[in-house]
Amino acid sequence: MNLAELNNLLNSELTSKIKESKIENGELLINVELANIYSTMLFLKTDSKCKFRQLIDILAVDFPGEEDRFKIYYLLLSHENNIRIKIVSQIQIDSKVPSITKIYPSANWMEREVFDMYGIKFKNHPDLRRILTDYNFKGFPLRKDFPLTGFNEVRYSEKDKKVIYEPVKLEQNYRNFDFSSPWEGTKYIKEVKEKVKND
Amino acid sequence: MTKQKKTMNLNFGPQHPAAHGVLRLILELDGEVVEKVDPHIGLLHRGTEKLIEHKTYTQALPYFDRLDYVAPMNQEHAFALATEKLLKIEVPIRAQYLRVIFCEIGRILSHLLNITTQALDVGALTPSLWGFEERETLMTFYERASGSRLHANYFRTGGVHQDITNDLLNDIGKFSEKFPKVIDDLENLLTDNRIFKQRNVDIGIVTKEDALSHSFSGVMLRGSGVAWDLRKSQPYECYKNLDFKIPIGNNGDCYDRYLCRIEEMRESVKIIKQCLKQIPKGPIKTIDGKISPPKKEELKESMEALIHHFKLFTEGYRVPKGEVYSSVEAPKGEFGVYLISDGSNKPYRCKIRAPGFSHLQAIDYLTKGHMLADVPAVLGSLDIVFGEVDR
Repeated sequence: MNLAELNNLLNSELTSKIKESKIENGELLINVELANIYSTMLFLKTDSKCKFRQLIDILAVDFPGEEDRFKIYYLLLSHENNIRIKIVSQIQIDSKVPSITKIYPSANWMEREVFDMYGIKFKNHPDLRRILTDYNFKGFPLRKDFPLTGFNEVRYSEKDKKVIYEPVKLEQNYRNFDFSSPWEGTKYIKEVKEKVKND
Repeated sequence: MTKQKKTMNLNFGPQHPAAHGVLRLILELDGEVVEKVDPHIGLLHRGTEKLIEHKTYTQALPYFDRLDYVAPMNQEHAFALATEKLLKIEVPIRAQYLRVIFCEIGRILSHLLNITTQALDVGALTPSLWGFEERETLMTFYERASGSRLHANYFRTGGVHQDITNDLLNDIGKFSEKFPKVIDDLENLLTDNRIFKQRNVDIGIVTKEDALSHSFSGVMLRGSGVAWDLRKSQPYECYKNLDFKIPIGNNGDCYDRYLCRIEEMRESVKIIKQCLKQIPKGPIKTIDGKISPPKKEELKESMEALIHHFKLFTEGYRVPKGEVYSSVEAPKGEFGVYLISDGSNKPYRCKIRAPGFSHLQAIDYLTKGHMLADVPAVLGSLDIVFGEVDR
């Protein structure tokens, strides 16, 4: 089975569930509604033609400013057919994603990581704790509005004889360079021009 | 009368020589039998993915050395392949061979470390002394190619950073001639060793089904009898021109995984030998001036080269909008990079799929019902490196 055949098969089997499917850069990406994630994954794993028996990874991406702020991706692999598939779903900041730990046990930590990094909650997850960040960590570090330098830093205090947390102090602020091409005009000049125009 | 169950909680790590880094395990024990394991990871979390979002593609590459720091170039490879897929560029043949040679060296580096430290965990000291001597030789090859022993930063989008000399190729050739003898010596010490077998045979058994559903890859999958290697099944670079075998285990226990690693090292040596024979002369990175920087000599002569140099080292190159997943067969399993580009000079999102993450996740399933002393043996055969688990 190749990608195009798989695409046709899925479009006929899961017609009502698939919002969009496309093959790009030699990879098949299907877009499903959040509510259909669980049933789609179950179908992909158990169907005798698909046999996507391995979950490779789960990842989220943050698009601040969009109505559905996050996108969640599932990467699957079928050893029998030697084929990969990506499933994507758009989610809002407060929506709960159905956990797929019952279908793929390895989703446990992957979902915990998504929760840890983005604050996306999962329904029916057996143990939704933070995983990679520090004990008592606050905030969701991979969101685009979380600063690269973070908020707190730790050091050993000679006075208190223990490791203490302090707000980050930087000798020099993190510099985010403007890389836009000078031939196209830099962003801030454009902004100033627009302001003048509007006034 | 009901028997009252008494369990004891034991804290293992985060600083423990058998934890292979900073791993904290909360063990629930019934006597000496493990009931439950709750790994606490993230003590080496450095926010690699976040940092990469703030760096240009060239600057992002060195972070990959720091993931699985015992086989750095294999990680760089996954990222380089991902960006090349988005940019749709071809890598010159010589660069492909160089990449394969150094990836196989990385595989030997990683397996040597794993086998010998696993032996150390179950009570054999000598293998690690012998193995580390060879690792040192291999790291000198890294150094001669890239300038550093560990954090090589050698691969580039579209090729490798610089060409290597014939001297170095000859020395790698000499090494590949005499290295199988070292593997024999290691095998003499371990393969039929009574203590080593007692500690590893029938410990941490993984069935085929469970290996798949726990997202295992690499040796963890092959040890359980699944014939799957990305170098064969989804070949990248010049692997399809090379002749090598994929060793597969039978029982899926720690001992089979050890045997797989030993055989994989032999296969790696075979691959390196073939590469040395087949490697052609030619360019070592793409000649597209918009992606790979010009030679130093050209800067003095050509205005265009000067502009390219300036643009590449300030702005970097822009990668067309899109998203790709590319993966390589790293020594520990499938190492993948999911790259999302928004058309600028920095990755919008770069998710790193580390094999060790899903392997470590299964430790509860693997050690349940085993004795406490088996935990380090299982941990050793999982081949965990915290750089990649915690990212």
